[in-house]
Amino acid sequence: MSDKTVGKVKKTKSAGRKREQERRQFLRTAAMAVGVTGFSLLGLVPALRGDVLRLRPPGALKTPHDEQEFLASCIKCGQCVQVCPVEAIVLEDIMNGVGIGTPYIDAREQACDFSCDGLQCVLACPTGALTHDLNYPADSRMGFAELSRPKACLAIQGEGFKGLARGPDYKGKLRYDEIDRWNPISVSEHPYDLELCDLCVRQCPIEIRIAQCAEGKPPSGDQNQCPPQHAIALEPVPDSPVGAMIPVIKEGCVGCGVCEMICPPEPPAIVINIEKFTDMA
Amino acid sequence: MSYIIESLKQLFGSAPTRHSKETMSVEVKEVHLHKRQNPMSKEVFAQLKEEHGPASTKWRNRRWATLIAINLLFVVSYYFDVQILEGALTASRFVGFHMADLNSALQVTLAFKHMVLNLVIGTVTVFILWVLLGGRTFCSWVCPYHLLSELAEKIHVKLVEKKLIKNHPFDRRVRSVFYVIFALLALVSGYTVFETISVTGIVSRALIYGPGVALVWVGLVLLFEVFYSRRAWCRYVCPIGITYGVVGSVSPLRVKYNIKDCHHEGDCRAVCLVPHVLDVTIKGRAQDVDVDISADCTRCGMCIDICPTDSLKFELKGLGKHL
Repeated sequence: MSDKTVGKVKKTKSAGRKREQERRQFLRTAAMAVGVTGFSLLGLVPALRGDVLRLRPPGALKTPHDEQEFLASCIKCGQCVQVCPVEAIVLEDIMNGVGIGTPYIDAREQACDFSCDGLQCVLACPTGALTHDLNYPADSRMGFAELSRPKACLAIQGEGFKGLARGPDYKGKLRYDEIDRWNPISVSEHPYDLELCDLCVRQCPIEIRIAQCAEGKPPSGDQNQCPPQHAIALEPVPDSPVGAMIPVIKEGCVGCGVCEMICPPEPPAIVINIEKFTDMA
Repeated sequence: MSYIIESLKQLFGSAPTRHSKETMSVEVKEVHLHKRQNPMSKEVFAQLKEEHGPASTKWRNRRWATLIAINLLFVVSYYFDVQILEGALTASRFVGFHMADLNSALQVTLAFKHMVLNLVIGTVTVFILWVLLGGRTFCSWVCPYHLLSELAEKIHVKLVEKKLIKNHPFDRRVRSVFYVIFALLALVSGYTVFETISVTGIVSRALIYGPGVALVWVGLVLLFEVFYSRRAWCRYVCPIGITYGVVGSVSPLRVKYNIKDCHHEGDCRAVCLVPHVLDVTIKGRAQDVDVDISADCTRCGMCIDICPTDSLKFELKGLGKHL
């Protein structure tokens, strides 16, 4: 073999190796692209199945069954989380796919009691995912309360309530105007002594506002803060020998979740149905 | 203009343009001639390196301090309610002024097909900020994942040195493919699909709001970078890098290469996150004595730190002010 042919053979060999390397790089790049894209697409599954509907902060751009606009517009920054005085808002984890980083409220742990009055979360939202179309707590549409376990309801049994609504270890907070207008306190620091349990009505932020307005003292002195409709009321159970009452949810309920949060039985007798808004009732 | 075109080319994954020797400027030819006539022996170069001392950590230290300080400011603002920098890296308020991450804002806008005023303000503010500061400067000076990835890279390089593993590079054009895929997915599905897997967003939120399951994904990406492919996420996947890179292509803050004292030994390329931007330091590539490094550069300063001859420097184009 002449020197020339040896050189040629070497050249084709190294060119072959290079081709092989390129082929491998192409294959691994394609595999990586498919893998990463596929994984990201998994994120769509919970949203498309619609099984991660949540109680969202006031003003969330959604209908009871469709959160698409809300999930699309939320930039996942958590500024709403930071401004909430009762820390009601938490962010979703990756298990909820494209919902990752979006805010929701676990009402039983900590409901939105509107103790900021001014809808701070809405004001903090940079993208309009919490729409600025609403100005007052009564304008929000988060869900609608329903008496899911009437048998557990103390009022229906004609029973009172004495002690801590959620026990001594409960972390949730509420604003008790008569104690501190500006700082919500822990529910576990506020024992009750009630002849007949009326906690869901007593702590309802809408009912509290209506009562304040009736006394001529609307929140922040703003008449616009006065809710136009009642949200919940106790009505007598007919022919009850023990003076039992039943909580009835009214048109003014916005689904903030305070009733679900404060209800003493475990699980609670009253919960928020997030698939229903008052206007649809 | 050619700087912008070359930057975009490299950002989207093409190899840097290789000019022919004929178009090389006279000055560069003279530099090469001078180097040929005064060849430096290996011993002399080694001595020169010795004199220069070990790689400086000046820019790395400044960068790490900045990155940690910014991310800590988010955490501190929330924990101590001092309200200096509220939110997370995806969107925030700096003493009340809206800021929005350009890529997150883009994803949201594509999915939502609306832009409220606050988001416009935040996006414009951040756009101007990074035009001034160099675009991908965000990656190396702010992104918290970058720091984790840098540590993973150190382990990776050690393992490669010990021949325990091999690096598996990908085709850089795949990052552009991802960019288009994620933009289309947001547009068509109406959901911000990329945010689900964005390690930047996940790490930023985990720092501020506490850890979650999402960190497992971040861990997997880091393991992939340690054992399989060096800096894979930043190099081949992350669309945030392209978004900021495009902004950086019109930025006056760049790294400038000067060929005069360069020995073309390639120390800079060995430490670089995006080594293709430094291909111009290969012997015979530079067309002019001074060349601006393309906008795919993250302005991390590692090449500046390691260069034994100070041939790489930060510059503010137009101000003639050298840092």
